[in-house]
Amino acid sequence: MTRLALILSTLTGVLFVAALVVGPAQIGVGESLRALVMGGDGPVPLVMREIRLPRALLAVMIGGSLGLAGAAMQGYLRNPLADPGLIGVSGSAALGAVLAIQTGLAAAFAFALPMAALAGALVGVFLVLVLAGPRGSSLTLILAGIAISALAGAATSLVLNLSPNPFAANEIVFWMMGSLADRSMTHVWIALPLILIGSVMLVALARGLDALTLGEDAAEAMGIGLRRLRLTLIFGTAAVVGASTAVAGAIGFVGLVVPHLLRPFVGAQPGRLLWASALGGAAMVLAADIFVRMILPDRDLKLGVVTALIGAPLFLHLIYRTRRDGL
Amino acid sequence: MMRNTIPAVLAGVVAFFVVCGHGVAAQEAPKRVVSADAPKRVVSMNLCTDQLAMLLASDGQLVSVSHLASDPRMSAMVVQADAYPINRGLAEQIYLMQPDLVLAGNFTARASVDMLKRLGVPVVTFDPAYALEDVRARIAQMGEVLGQQTRAEAMIADFDAQLKAYRNEAGHGPRAALYYANGYTLGDKTLAGQILAAAGLENIAAEVGLKAGGIIPLEVLTMAQPDAVITSRTYPTASRSEEVMGHPVIEELRASRPQASMTSSDWVCGTPFVLRAIEDMVRLRDGLHEAKP
Repeated sequence: MTRLALILSTLTGVLFVAALVVGPAQIGVGESLRALVMGGDGPVPLVMREIRLPRALLAVMIGGSLGLAGAAMQGYLRNPLADPGLIGVSGSAALGAVLAIQTGLAAAFAFALPMAALAGALVGVFLVLVLAGPRGSSLTLILAGIAISALAGAATSLVLNLSPNPFAANEIVFWMMGSLADRSMTHVWIALPLILIGSVMLVALARGLDALTLGEDAAEAMGIGLRRLRLTLIFGTAAVVGASTAVAGAIGFVGLVVPHLLRPFVGAQPGRLLWASALGGAAMVLAADIFVRMILPDRDLKLGVVTALIGAPLFLHLIYRTRRDGL
Repeated sequence: MMRNTIPAVLAGVVAFFVVCGHGVAAQEAPKRVVSADAPKRVVSMNLCTDQLAMLLASDGQLVSVSHLASDPRMSAMVVQADAYPINRGLAEQIYLMQPDLVLAGNFTARASVDMLKRLGVPVVTFDPAYALEDVRARIAQMGEVLGQQTRAEAMIADFDAQLKAYRNEAGHGPRAALYYANGYTLGDKTLAGQILAAAGLENIAAEVGLKAGGIIPLEVLTMAQPDAVITSRTYPTASRSEEVMGHPVIEELRASRPQASMTSSDWVCGTPFVLRAIEDMVRLRDGLHEAKP
């Protein structure tokens, strides 16, 4: 277990540094890192501290959030297909964010944007859990997710198309696919509080989720309050996914791929999977963001394109396995 | 100084209209190039042809302009446009206006233009202006299709005279960057790039190898350290695309230069209004010269 933690931390650390030294401006590795730490005059510290650092920090925060939320939902629903993107939580968070921006609420006070996305995400998680039921089958879960995603996506598109701003309609793809291009430290600060609060709530679920593997009755017998666990899960997930989506759009599949890959290494214990998935998610989004900058440096390829290219085949594989197992 | 000349020029143009509209037309009709079969019901469905037509058409000749002509963010002739019924560029609406000539841009909704042609309505399409030379050509073309060659020639002569004054001022100047929504910039082979050049500003886009338009990554822009960053005005309600124009890095680049300059409706079309845009940029350049010891 400590070995896995060490490997994942090292991987995330290496990718974090790589994300800081890769970019369209040709700056030497030594020079860029020196400018980042020491500061100084001229354009290099500006590029490092105001452009690359927020981008790398957001990749870690958002990747960690999505991995953690995926692992928590899968643990609670005992279903490997529960990913915040697939079941419509990210989509409803995006709708909340878009409504806040278009109504001008987002400009009213600093945390209005992530709070609105949180509200959207809350509606999404709540609807999914109600529609899929406490132990929803894969089928009802995915169907509920498709319905919520479609509805939230259509509403988002409608709002953006109705906007008097001619750029808004072009941003549908950003809200559906996500991107970290040209974000600033402002976005880090507005997303950080909710991501921290949500992460603490989700990590605290570890014992409860472990107990839940024995069944609901056994968990209750062990002193786990299911009602409270459920509420913590809903608010925690909405907080991390909402804040992430508010600043970077909906990035799918991270919460599906990462827990799936890491599950064998934690002995299939949902509690341990939580922190492992957070680290793994951070590594995956960092890697995807480095990738989009390397293959199309000046085109802003959306992050969700890369994560979906990795995640969708795995999703198909999971569906196939679910069918084979006769679930 | 230049600011005063433009209203003067416009006043001159107006005065010229008055002369053309009355005395000249009556007395010197045989000598004028205006053909008797000049179109009498002209509908314009493109922002740039709207403005050229409003500048050159005689009273009553222009029947309708596009809805964009009354958008202050894009049109330099909002007040004048108020006098005309607007159209939204749909074939049905335009056909019902029974035009004997339709003016369209080369990139105006193709389907609508094709349908109008099939219905037998004469359509003239105008290329966008990519250079100041194109502005002259568009004015001449508009003069020709409207049968207002004399007005067009006078306008071109005025344009040339003023442009020459700016050209004399041109030289090695401060380095400026045009920075629009989504990090888009424009190079020398565009009207905006030519406006910068005419005002004696070096364009950052050329330094990074962009001739026409393209995306300049924020990092590259920062490393280029332009003396001035010129952005566009934002539209109502926020958009992520425009957010980048207010990125902390852009604020930082502008911190030492008080002239936070923006492009306006004068930059959009190849009309004589580009002279006002050049004038703004000349003022920016002079300000930068003063700021630099």
